[in-house]
Amino acid sequence: MIKVEDLSKSFGKIKAVDHISFQVKERENLILLGTSGCGKTTTLKMLNRLIEPTSGKIFINGENILMQPPEILRRGIGYVLQNNGLFPHYTVAENIAIVPQLLRWDRKRIENRVSELLEKLHLDTTYLNAYPNELSGGQQQRVGLARALVADPPVLLMDEPFGALDNVTRSKIHAEFKALDELKRKTIIMVTHDVQEAFELGDRICLMDKGRIIQNGTPAELLFNPVNSFVKDFLKEQRLQLEFKALHLIDIWDWLPTSKKRETKLNLMSDTGLWESLEGFKFTNSEEISISHQNNEIKTVGFEQLMAAFYQYKKQQTHE
Amino acid sequence: MNEQQQTLWGFMAQQSDKLLTQTLQHIGLTFISLFIAVLIGLPLGIFITRKKQFSGTVLGIAGVLQTIPSIALLGFMIPLLGIGAKPAIVALLLYALLPIIRNTYTGITGVDSAVKEAAVAMGMNKWQVLFKAELPLAMPVILAGIRTATVINVGVATLASYIAAGGLGEFIFGGISLNNTNMILAGAIPAALLAILFDFLLSRLQHLNLKKLKTAVAALPLLLIIMSSFYFIPSAYGGKLTAGFTPEFMGRQDGNLGLQSKYGLKIHTIVISDAVMYKAAYEKQLDVISGYSTDGRLKAYGLIVLQDDKGIFPPYYAAPVVREDALNKFPELEKTLNMLSGKINDSVMTDLNYRTDYLHQSPERVAKDFLLAHTLWQPERNGKVGVVRIGSKIFGEQYILAEMYAMLIKGYTDYDVATKTGLGGTKICFDALTNNQIDFYPEYTGTGLLAILQSSKKTVDSLGGDKNKIYNYVKNVFKAKYNIKWLQPIGFNNAYALMMRQKQAKDLGVKTISNLKQYLESK
Ligand SMILES: Nc1ncnc2c1ncn2[C@@H]1O[C@H](COP(=O)(O)OP(=O)(O)OP(=O)(O)O)[C@@H](O)[C@H]1O
Ligand SMILES: [Mg+2]
Repeated sequence: MIKVEDLSKSFGKIKAVDHISFQVKERENLILLGTSGCGKTTTLKMLNRLIEPTSGKIFINGENILMQPPEILRRGIGYVLQNNGLFPHYTVAENIAIVPQLLRWDRKRIENRVSELLEKLHLDTTYLNAYPNELSGGQQQRVGLARALVADPPVLLMDEPFGALDNVTRSKIHAEFKALDELKRKTIIMVTHDVQEAFELGDRICLMDKGRIIQNGTPAELLFNPVNSFVKDFLKEQRLQLEFKALHLIDIWDWLPTSKKRETKLNLMSDTGLWESLEGFKFTNSEEISISHQNNEIKTVGFEQLMAAFYQYKKQQTHE
Repeated sequence: MNEQQQTLWGFMAQQSDKLLTQTLQHIGLTFISLFIAVLIGLPLGIFITRKKQFSGTVLGIAGVLQTIPSIALLGFMIPLLGIGAKPAIVALLLYALLPIIRNTYTGITGVDSAVKEAAVAMGMNKWQVLFKAELPLAMPVILAGIRTATVINVGVATLASYIAAGGLGEFIFGGISLNNTNMILAGAIPAALLAILFDFLLSRLQHLNLKKLKTAVAALPLLLIIMSSFYFIPSAYGGKLTAGFTPEFMGRQDGNLGLQSKYGLKIHTIVISDAVMYKAAYEKQLDVISGYSTDGRLKAYGLIVLQDDKGIFPPYYAAPVVREDALNKFPELEKTLNMLSGKINDSVMTDLNYRTDYLHQSPERVAKDFLLAHTLWQPERNGKVGVVRIGSKIFGEQYILAEMYAMLIKGYTDYDVATKTGLGGTKICFDALTNNQIDFYPEYTGTGLLAILQSSKKTVDSLGGDKNKIYNYVKNVFKAKYNIKWLQPIGFNNAYALMMRQKQAKDLGVKTISNLKQYLESK
């Protein structure tokens, strides 16, 4: 879907982005992760041509975007700014309606779409006529997201969308984010410097440093097969939590004991994350959960069995 | 001469027609120029946010324009644009430019860069970014600039009357030259109120919330156009010939009023300042002007005086006026002062004035040259027998006369001299004389008759404009009333006069004011 080839950007002598290449498949969620100043924002902005590359190529659906009129390109790409960038002189409704206005939708259609989004993003309709400065930071983020989603663009670029939020609000929005059907059908490239966030929301992660991509892979690959000590060190903190977040039930399937099917409060699919599953025990207060695999194979396991399988998986990874 | 007793309110009521016209003209002038300034300044301000390398130059030039004194700027405009509305509007708009350009620039560059980036990222083109994001967000700052420009314009527009563009300046400057306080206030108070009112209204607009601001700003151009239309341009052109008269001349019986009643002269007339009138006549912007018959610019600009064949301009023969006690104290004084008597006629005085006013020679030098040429000059005797104090009013001719008298006294008597030149107007000079601050100064018969004695119309009429009768009348009354003596007239008559360009007068065969009337009525 998105293909970046040998992309570079220099500001004078500073090589902000240095010959990077990566691909993002359709409906995939790619995270650009790295410390401050490593070139994440610059990379993202080149994708909608807010910044013109010094060299390299970018294809979206096989088309070279550097050949397209930038305005047209941008109307098909949702963009959420690092610090939301809402129009202070527009109401919430007007802010969300900016792109549809540019696309000359009729009034009725715009109205319907705006209220639909407000509902999905859990914003009260009383805020429709409020100005951004009357909203909390979290509400502003949601409006910023709604504004990017309104025309249902296939591609969404997000620059630290949850950067300015406290931890409680952030995990709440994370949950909503994952649940949002609109986002499931989008190809998303998201920038963050928060490792936990990257592991929670990303299908794949590009870990960047000094304008280069150090490793590009799934969270589990980064965690269990780091290419060098930089990657390893980067993921050092709260490693256990990351491991839970990186793994899915399917990864440890083989180590889960087979058993007869029993009634449980919680039934999960095997592509559920391990972290989520562990949380499931806590929230539902159950002794056991049922896990269904593709071919209707079902395993019912308790907390200890799950943890045991996890350690076996880890042991095997380090032996390889 | 009962203007002094009349109340301000009475004056305004009596002149309400004029007051209304001038106020509307004033508003019109202010807003036409403001409108054009916005049309130029706003795009220019936007331009320099896009091409920052030009911002220094553009803001610099606009800043320099603003420091040019208004009168000078109006003066520069005359050769380029003539007189009347055009130069006034151009001058005003030049003053209004800086605040508008500067605030547009700072307003737009001050818009949050995240907002601009969001606008671009959503696929707006550069015009959409400008109109939907930058301009609305910069609007409070831009409005503040327009507000400053408006207040400046209301103030500077008073000067428009200097170049015949109308406005409340007509009352203000007319009042100043006629020494009529009510008239000054009738112009100054509405002008101040206009400034306060517009400032207030625009400040309200500026602090409206963003929502209402949108509608208000949309209505602004319309409002500007309506305000501008108040200004029905007082056309500086039209008719066979155009006359330019000073506000003072316009209001006087021995001025335009007399021209109309005694001669029945009907000429297309505009009001203009003495400072630019002669030049405008020279530049052929005006054909007939009201000047003073010994003004040096008469010579400088090749103008001639039309004969006042019906004698409506009372004579203003100059002569020293001396306190009697000074004459007793300085027995030689009268004889010495009278040495100038009959020596300087109109054209000689014009020439002397030309040298100081136009060639910028010092009054001292001009005085000495003259005395030398007439073999009146003698070296100083350095006498120390008392000090004669000489006064003079604050214009060139009086300085020259004071210098001549000083030289004569020093050369022919043993008195020393102290000069107190530049004593403002008639009133200040005369008060200095009666209060024993000075011993004598040169005065004019007409001024004595009308300004100092404030003679009734009956008395003035009975003297019939006769040179000798008037001299004798003021001489007798001054003696009786103030114990002040008029010495012998110096010879020249610095009266009001109508003037034309020499060549044009000759071509049209106009020598007298009656000729002028005949020419205007021919065909
Ligand atoms: N317009 C610019 N002009 C000059 N240098 C720039 C510009 N934009 C970015 N840079 C430089 O390029 C490098 C990468 O910047 P970038 O904004 O992409 O970092 P980032 O990874 O997004 O950092 P952060 O996490 O702090 O947002 C930095 O060294 C920055 O100073
Ligand atoms: Mg960044």
